[in-house]
Amino acid sequence: MSEWWTYRLSSFLLFSPRTWFRLHELYNAEIWPAQVAALVLGLALFVLARRGGGRSGPVVALLLAACWLWVAWAFHLRRYATINFAATWFAAAFAVQAVLLIAIGAVRGRLVLDANAWRRPGLWLIAFAVLVQPVTGLLAGRSLLQSEYFGVAPDPTATATLGVLLLGRRPSPLLMVIPLLWCVVSGAFAWMMRTPDMLLMPMVALMTLAVAIARRPPAARVA
Amino acid sequence: MRMASRSDSPAISPHPRRRFLGALAAAAGSALLPEGGLAQNATLVTRAIPSTGERLPVVGLGSWITFNVGDDRVARDACADVMRNFFAAGGRILDSSPMYGSSQAVIGYGLARLGMPATLFSAEKVWIAAASRGTAQVEESRTRWGVSRFDLLQVHNLLAWQDHLPMLFAMKQAGRLRYVGITTSEGRRHRDVEQIMARHPLDFVQVTYNPVDREVEARILPLARERGIGVIVNRPFRQGALIDAVARHPLPAWAADLGCTSWAQVLLKFVVSHPAVTCAIPATTRVAHVRENMGAARGAMPDEAMRRRIVAHVERL
Repeated sequence: MSEWWTYRLSSFLLFSPRTWFRLHELYNAEIWPAQVAALVLGLALFVLARRGGGRSGPVVALLLAACWLWVAWAFHLRRYATINFAATWFAAAFAVQAVLLIAIGAVRGRLVLDANAWRRPGLWLIAFAVLVQPVTGLLAGRSLLQSEYFGVAPDPTATATLGVLLLGRRPSPLLMVIPLLWCVVSGAFAWMMRTPDMLLMPMVALMTLAVAIARRPPAARVA
Repeated sequence: MRMASRSDSPAISPHPRRRFLGALAAAAGSALLPEGGLAQNATLVTRAIPSTGERLPVVGLGSWITFNVGDDRVARDACADVMRNFFAAGGRILDSSPMYGSSQAVIGYGLARLGMPATLFSAEKVWIAAASRGTAQVEESRTRWGVSRFDLLQVHNLLAWQDHLPMLFAMKQAGRLRYVGITTSEGRRHRDVEQIMARHPLDFVQVTYNPVDREVEARILPLARERGIGVIVNRPFRQGALIDAVARHPLPAWAADLGCTSWAQVLLKFVVSHPAVTCAIPATTRVAHVRENMGAARGAMPDEAMRRRIVAHVERL
């Protein structure tokens, strides 16, 4: 469609912030108490990630894959698609990320959580996603019922995933692509809605990229 | 007091207020007439659709963003309430598009709750790149609205207009549609819009127009008058940004001369007082706002001097 170039970014914001917040409110009410289960899952993820080692990686990858699949189906397809036709594409991307986590992280065992790596940024991101990010919704004018929770909503799920990937011995760039793209998409929508937390997901992406680049061996950086 | 409208040739007076009142007196015979003919201050102002003479209130209701509330029952009921107040205030033209998410379904929900108001003037769009799917999309939209046929169908943002326009003209010829139009917004593709207006027998063109975005005054609005094409104005408040920008400033004293009690009414009266404009379609989710907007379709309308004053004032803010 050659006319796409005539559209502005704001042309793709189809809903108001109020509708977006109500969407989360209805979704959270509908899936309750899945948020509690997801919180337990998030804490388990943090413990496994902190422990590191060869066995933790595949388990963490499977846990994250389950979260990405849930968000694809329960949030994007069943809820978000009612106000945004692009949500079906987001659902597809989230499903692809789940498949990648299973294939690369669990089946091929490429997600090796390195106990000796520079661990703090990754662990901070996971802890932030599970415990703090839902509360940031309050700063953006949302109630807790309208907030986003790890494992069941896209933003904290992407944040925690990036945190885990930063703990990988040799993080697969392929596993980072969709979470980083989601940070951009989410930031763009938040910017269009002018919500106070509009810089949050872009900052998560920038921090992830900065740490990932800083962690690469000098030879790899030169190459 | 007589109903006001703008005059194309306002009497020159050193006193702005007298000049304004003089313009009101010159209103008789203008294209802008109160419903029922003779002027009454609180009468709804209507404009004739150039191609048929059918009259429409100068303020309609848009649905971009505001009616896209998904399956949220509470929000749907709020939208239905907005529609109820719109029709109760004499509103007729309701505009939507397949691009507006769930807006069509929400309009259908509201219309069903209101028992399908007989005064409804349904304005829809076709917005699909694949020409072969245009008819199916129109039918899908019609089902969502729950109407037997649309009054107006427009090619949204000129997308695949070469294919969709013949389809819409064929529908009109077959009696399955009353009016055909094209739309653009935010200044997109104005040159193409002009060419289509010049070459095709359109009933309507939809454009963005407000005291800040006045590009259409140069060519499109004069061409619409020349070709007898009705003009629907979208984004009269720049999606609320214009209201936000002026709202922190006090309403000027001269707004009272127009019967305006809010900035929204001043901005709307500026838009609909242009002689080429048939109606504006502001969108809102609030009953208070729809009442306020419909208030702009009543009472005095600015003359040319007052229109210039509005522009100068808004540009200074």
